[in-house]
Amino acid sequence: MNALDELMNEARQQEIDPPARGFHLDRREFLKTLGGGLLVSLAPARQFAQESGRRWQEHELPTELSAWIHIGADGQVKVFTGKVEVGQNIRTSLAQLVAEELHTPFESIAMVMGDTDLTPWDMGTFGSRTTPTMGPQLRNMASAAREKLIQTAAARWNADASSLTAADGKVTNPDTKQSLTYGELTRGEELVENVPGDPPLTPAAAWKIAGTPMRKVNGRDFVTGKHQFPSDVVRPEMLFGKVLRPQGYHGSLVSVDTAEAEKVPTAKIVRDGDFIGVVAGDLHSAEQALAAIHANWTVPPQISNVELFATLKKGSSSEVSRPEFASGSVPQAYAAAEVKLNQHYTVQYIAHTPLEPRAAVAEWKDDKLTVWTGTQRPFGVRDELCEAFHLPAKKVRVIHPDMGSGYGGKHTGEAAVEAARLARAAGKPVKVIWTREEEFTWAYFRPAGYIEVRSGARRDGTLMSWEFHNYNSGPAAIQTLYNVPNQLVQFHSADSPLRQGSYRSLAATANHFAREVHMSEIAFALGLDSLQFRLKNLTDPRLRAVFQAAADKFRWGRSRPEDGHGFGIAGGFDKGDYVAACVEVEVTDEKKIKLVRVVEAWECGAIVNPDGLRNQVMGACVQAIGGAMFEAIQFKDGRILNPHLAEYRVPRFSDLPEIEVVLIDRKDLPSSGAGETGLVALAPAISNAVFAASGVRLRSMPMAPAIQIPGDEPPRFQS
Amino acid sequence: MAEFLLHVNGEEFHVRGFADESLLFALRDRLNLTGTKYGCGEGQCGACTVLLNGKATHSCLTPLSSAVGAQITTIEGLERHEVLTPVQEAFLEEGAYQCGYCTSGMILSATALLHDIPHPSDEQIVEHMNGNVCRCGTYPRIMAAIRRAAAPAGKGASL
Repeated sequence: MNALDELMNEARQQEIDPPARGFHLDRREFLKTLGGGLLVSLAPARQFAQESGRRWQEHELPTELSAWIHIGADGQVKVFTGKVEVGQNIRTSLAQLVAEELHTPFESIAMVMGDTDLTPWDMGTFGSRTTPTMGPQLRNMASAAREKLIQTAAARWNADASSLTAADGKVTNPDTKQSLTYGELTRGEELVENVPGDPPLTPAAAWKIAGTPMRKVNGRDFVTGKHQFPSDVVRPEMLFGKVLRPQGYHGSLVSVDTAEAEKVPTAKIVRDGDFIGVVAGDLHSAEQALAAIHANWTVPPQISNVELFATLKKGSSSEVSRPEFASGSVPQAYAAAEVKLNQHYTVQYIAHTPLEPRAAVAEWKDDKLTVWTGTQRPFGVRDELCEAFHLPAKKVRVIHPDMGSGYGGKHTGEAAVEAARLARAAGKPVKVIWTREEEFTWAYFRPAGYIEVRSGARRDGTLMSWEFHNYNSGPAAIQTLYNVPNQLVQFHSADSPLRQGSYRSLAATANHFAREVHMSEIAFALGLDSLQFRLKNLTDPRLRAVFQAAADKFRWGRSRPEDGHGFGIAGGFDKGDYVAACVEVEVTDEKKIKLVRVVEAWECGAIVNPDGLRNQVMGACVQAIGGAMFEAIQFKDGRILNPHLAEYRVPRFSDLPEIEVVLIDRKDLPSSGAGETGLVALAPAISNAVFAASGVRLRSMPMAPAIQIPGDEPPRFQS
Repeated sequence: MAEFLLHVNGEEFHVRGFADESLLFALRDRLNLTGTKYGCGEGQCGACTVLLNGKATHSCLTPLSSAVGAQITTIEGLERHEVLTPVQEAFLEEGAYQCGYCTSGMILSATALLHDIPHPSDEQIVEHMNGNVCRCGTYPRIMAAIRRAAAPAGKGASL
């Protein structure tokens, strides 16, 4: 796959549906009704072109050094990237890579990130792309900068550049013992140099700064409360804004009375078609005024969880599905198989629930709009703002202060557009922070999915036939790495009843859940050990290695579970990452599932920052517990029935098993991104462990919800 | 609107606000102490935790008027003359955060815990900290940080 195809494929999987209530409207109406939100879908290039008036292929990355790196007269290095820091620790790991190639102390590097006026254009921070794409980009620039500094010194000393060395932020002439710091060489001026090709890079085996464990660079700002998140930004004379929401998806405004709201001191009602918002001098007054608006909406009847999977299984009314992969003859091989299995698996919608909800501060000054907001796509949000207010790109600046995370849930700029609209009407800067209920209701969800798997094997454990259909949840990691001569693997898009989009690891979680639970089901039917059956049908050495590493650490096959306990294993591959997990669960007499122990083995090429990586993989295991065990969105008639943390359970300290992370460092392989794939092995490993402990096979995520999800079977277990 | 006298981080503030507005947004918007975070507004996530007379309290559920007379400690009040408390130090040393949005609340909850129980068991840590959510899933490192802060005998968290 060439780079463009890869980007297209990535973009396709990150696509986010337009907000549900906008579907049937034309663009003008769409703009008016969305609480100010206009959503520019990422993705297919042509569509993106129509949406934003700009083709993203035209965003060629600058080749000038000065666009990426600036060295001040004091030797301080500023590095510019459109990527954003959301807790994945790239502010630290990218700085390590630059320090490594530039031959300068790590402490001299400051990353300038996600500011559309200062940093080169970037499509967004998603798909685990920062390490494999921005990493090499910045390494190239740093290497070229180092070469340029050496040449500058050579010219100044009238020396042969090849005889000079660069280390520790200085260029030295070993013969004359002369030495100049980088700051003395640049005198703070721009490094004017085009970097056309691939300058030589330091191989990972020789890394001294990259490849070593580094804590988050600005950690002190977080333990002292000094770090300013998007919701913490304050501007002079700033007002506080709220937006009136419909009583359900696809709601139409019938009547509205704002008389009482207008009496709230300092409050001002902003109305623009169906968009109704409030600004006030303080948040409390804005909330009071919003509550005093009397609006009537009609909301059409809509389906609930009960009809969800039947709806998804119907497939899309507009898109034609085609196989992602096909080989051999599945019908013949399935018919001839000695052992057959035909099962289906489901996953519910879940919410990202970033602890910091959507937030934005907008300020109009001299015809220029500046918005501070939390988003994974600052340039995408800039495009949304340009479109919403008919502005050229140079009149809009989006600044991303490192935010309270997103997990794929903040690709869009709803709060940014709302704050900008209110600020323009108020003539003053306005801050909008979504409530938790708004975040649960008016953002978007991880897609629900229905997955069918039919497989056939020989009695000796050789897989012969594999048929896999995913309805709606997505094509990420849909292909199996196991060797099967006859395959049909297909993703079927569907008409999702809820607005859905990207989520950390996308559909790789659902596809691994179905595939890896199914693999253990066949192993059981064949009377084979789950690990041995997998290895028998697997040649990929990197996946074999993580399975083996997890199994060794866990003592798979060498220790036996206590009574009431069970062991499960699962693994897979996505986005250049290989992962395998072994899990021990206890199923109590009260039918409660307790996670006892998790060993997760991980390999993503050369490790840039082992400390950050360990934190990511461990965090992914913890976050995965939620979707595996209890997270589920309940909905009916265009409303979310559990839009609060009291009703939507997320993992807490008490859910924590013992977790061991085993990292395999392949210095001979390029580094891939590690933000996502750590999630995918946990749920199937838990399901397999529960089966081992209890004989009950769980094929629906979440596996142990606190209450029965309408349409699902009553939960067999609690957690 | 009325005036309320608040004692925050050892200082007195005359705050103009509403009796029924939350202490959380009074701190954030009226005193510009933005280290205290909004996460849910329903006392379920702990991001808004402050200390009221040393006790970990959800500022999102605390009306401004009821905070009058209490000694309020926010995350900004822990560091003294650029010296961090043992809990802050331990969070730094363990790298006990990812995005860091929950960190203020975690540190204040842990501070209250170690004040009451200088050497808590893991069960006590879990029980006390369970109202604080870290969506990035950094719980194992937060546990380690709390154990580390508790470790030196007689050197529990000080306020």
